[in-house]
Amino acid sequence: MIIQAIAFYMFAAFAVLAGVMVVSARNPVHSVLWLIMAFFNSAGLFVLMGAEFLAMILVVVYVGAVAVLFLFVVMMLDINFSEMREGFMCYMPIGALVGIILAAELILIFGSWVVAPEAASAILAPAPAPETMTNTRALGQLIYTDYVYLFQAAGMILLIAMIGAIVLTLRQREGVRRQRIGDQVSRRREDVIEVKDIASGSGI
Amino acid sequence: MIGLGHYLTVAAILFTLGIFGIFLNRKNVIIILMSIELMLLAVNINLVAFSTHLHDLVGQIFALFVLTVAAAEAAIGLAILVVYFRNRGSIAVEDINLMKG
Repeated sequence: MIIQAIAFYMFAAFAVLAGVMVVSARNPVHSVLWLIMAFFNSAGLFVLMGAEFLAMILVVVYVGAVAVLFLFVVMMLDINFSEMREGFMCYMPIGALVGIILAAELILIFGSWVVAPEAASAILAPAPAPETMTNTRALGQLIYTDYVYLFQAAGMILLIAMIGAIVLTLRQREGVRRQRIGDQVSRRREDVIEVKDIASGSGI
Repeated sequence: MIGLGHYLTVAAILFTLGIFGIFLNRKNVIIILMSIELMLLAVNINLVAFSTHLHDLVGQIFALFVLTVAAAEAAIGLAILVVYFRNRGSIAVEDINLMKG
């Protein structure tokens, strides 16, 4: 129990610290790295809660794909980041005000959350005991049966996102020499080679 | 004893940090996108906390779909960002008024 508490406070503290650094880091590359740290610590929280599969997916999808995508974009665009920081301080008071109010409200609501006794009867898919079935297997048995259409829809969303990103960023540049296979294949000897009969001793 | 309230508090703090980040970095759209990711992460923590506390797996499935949509949103958002940077040479979101909205 005490180890669980220590692990929780460690993961929570590092996640919050990483969140603070994400929004306040000077260099966006550092922001992305702190974001990765936040994701890792949240994955730790998920493991503590007993949702191993989501923790794994969080590391694979967020850290492995989304954060690396951010890193690529940040490093490939040539941006003057110090210019971006102008006005950082004049947004600080209003941002802090909104943030503090929202945090206080949310913590007041969630910190003292009590589950109604009727909630137990509203459970849609009871989680099996960890001794009988792993979290991954239980989730799989649910996703591929009851939620299979939603699962397919999620796949379609990802496909559309992929196509959309490609269509948005693909560009045909002018003045770039490319190999045109069709032209090469349809090229015939008669079109390109000409045999001239030249009298000896004279030029062309 | 670590209960539901603890996890919800962490999620609330992370969500607030995301909103704070959007306020703070009004010019840098990359940080704004990262703040949105942070907020979605907080939502996921909330969903998983309720799911495991109530022993109901549906919350985790919903968190999975939130994750999917977040990944798609990040990809599209960054693609738009790259195209915008190519056209304008900057990513200052305050200058985005092409559509006079």
